[in-house]
Amino acid sequence: MPLAGFLGMQYDFQWSVLWTGGHGEWLIQGIWTTIQLSVLGWILAGLLGILAGALRTVPFAPLRALAVFYVEFFRNVPLLVWLFFWYFGVPQMLPRAAQDWLNNHGPEFWSAVVGLSVYHGARMSEVIRAGIQSIPKTLLEASVATGLSVAQAYRLIILPIALRLIVPPATNESLNLLKNSSLALTIGVAELTFMSRQIETYTAKAFEALTAGTLIYLAMCVGISAIMGQVERHFRIPGLIVRAGRAEH
Amino acid sequence: MSFDWGTIANNWQFLIVQGLLGFGAFGGGTLRLAIPAIVLGFLLGIVIGLCRLSSRGWVHYPAVFYVEFFRGVPLVMVIFWFWFLIPQITGQRLPEYSVALTAFVVFEAAYLAEIVRAGIQSVPRGQVEAATAGGLSYGQTMLYVVLPQAIRNMIPSLITQFIVLFKDTSLASIIGMMDLTKAAQTVSQREIRPFEMYLFIAVVYWICTYSMSRLSQWLEVKMSPERAPTKRVALRQATGAASA
Repeated sequence: MPLAGFLGMQYDFQWSVLWTGGHGEWLIQGIWTTIQLSVLGWILAGLLGILAGALRTVPFAPLRALAVFYVEFFRNVPLLVWLFFWYFGVPQMLPRAAQDWLNNHGPEFWSAVVGLSVYHGARMSEVIRAGIQSIPKTLLEASVATGLSVAQAYRLIILPIALRLIVPPATNESLNLLKNSSLALTIGVAELTFMSRQIETYTAKAFEALTAGTLIYLAMCVGISAIMGQVERHFRIPGLIVRAGRAEH
Repeated sequence: MSFDWGTIANNWQFLIVQGLLGFGAFGGGTLRLAIPAIVLGFLLGIVIGLCRLSSRGWVHYPAVFYVEFFRGVPLVMVIFWFWFLIPQITGQRLPEYSVALTAFVVFEAAYLAEIVRAGIQSVPRGQVEAATAGGLSYGQTMLYVVLPQAIRNMIPSLITQFIVLFKDTSLASIIGMMDLTKAAQTVSQREIRPFEMYLFIAVVYWICTYSMSRLSQWLEVKMSPERAPTKRVALRQATGAASA
C-alpha cells in the first residue's frame, strides 16, 4: 500500500509485515516476555518494598540504616546502569559454579528481573511509606479508645484506609515497572521493544514495527489504569480520598 | 573475586569530563543533554498544561491526548520513534544528541504539563477572579498573577522531575550518544572491568541526584517559611509528583 506524502516523506506502508513471515509470533512472544518480566519483577519489587519499609521502622539502628541506604542508593541511580551492573558486572564476581548455572539458565532474563525488582523495590517502599505516614497516629488511638483491640483496629480501620491510600500510587509505580521493563532490550532480553526492533531490522519497516510496539504498550497501560480506576471508584470513601494524580515514570 | 580500581583512576577524566559534562570530541554529555531538555520541556509543558486547563474542547482534548499518550509509552519507544522519524522528515541524519534532545523534550513535556497543571490549580480561584475584576486580560492574569505563584509552588516537583530526567538521559546511550553510561560502556568494553565501572558511575549518578534532592528539600523549607515542610511533602504527593 503505497502512501506518499505523509509528513512530506516518501514511505511505503506495508502493515502486513506485522503478521506475515512469523513476525506476528515474534510480537506475541515479545508481549509474553514483557508480561513475565513485569509480573516477576512486580512481585519481587513488592516484597522488597514491604521489607525495606518494615526495616525502616525496627528499633535497631543498623538495620534502619541498611534500609535507608538501599532505598536512597538504588532509586537514585538510573535503571539502565543497574541493568548493566547486574548483567555485565555481577556475574564475573560470582563463584565459577554460580556463573555456569546462570549461563545455562538465561542470564539476560534473570539479570533483568533482579535489576527491575531491586530498583522498583526501592521506589515501591517509598510509596508504601508515604501511604503509612499519611495515616495519623490519632486514628489508631481513637479506634482503641472506642473499644477495639489493636488487631481489630488494624483490620477494620487502619488497613482499609491505608490500602485505599496506597493503591493509586502503587498502580502508577506498577505501570512504571511495566514501561521500564522495555530497558531489558539493552541486555538482550527478547521482550516487546526488542521484538519490534527485530521486525524493523528484518523488514526495514520501522513505522509499522514501532506503531505495533507503541500501541501494545499503550493498550496495556491504559487498560490497567482503567481497571484500577474502577477499583478505586468502587472502594472509595466519600470525602476521604481524593483521586491522586499519577507520579512520574 | 578481585577488584581493580585502577581502571577508574585511569579513566575518570573521560568519564566525568566527556561523559557527565559533555566536553570532548564525542559531543553528547549527560548534563549537556539534561539541562536544555528540562528548560525546553518545561516551556512546552507550560503550553500543554495551559491547553489542558482550557475549557475549549478543541484545545483541551488534544492536550489530554498528548499527556495520556506519552505517559502510556516507554521512553525507549519514543527515542526509537524520533531516531526513525527525524531522518524521514528532514531527509538527513541528525547527530544522536539532537535526536535525544528532541525525544526528551517531547516526552518530558507530558509529565511537566501535569506538574504545571497541578501548580496552576494550586493558586486559589479567587486570585483569578480578583485579577479579572481588576481589568486584566486572560494573558495578563496568567503572566502576572497566576504563573508567578504557580511556578513557586511547582519548584519542588520540578526539581524532582529534573532528577527523573537526569536519570532518564542514560537512555540516550541506547542510540549511541556519548553520555556517562555510554562512556562507562566504552571503557568497560576495553578494560573488561564492568563491575567496578558500573558501580563507579552508579555512585556518580547518585551524588548528582542525591544532592539535587537535598537542594529541593532545602528550597522547600526556604521558600515557604509559613508552611511546615512535612505538610508540603504531603501536598506534593497529593498532586502526584511523588519523590523520584
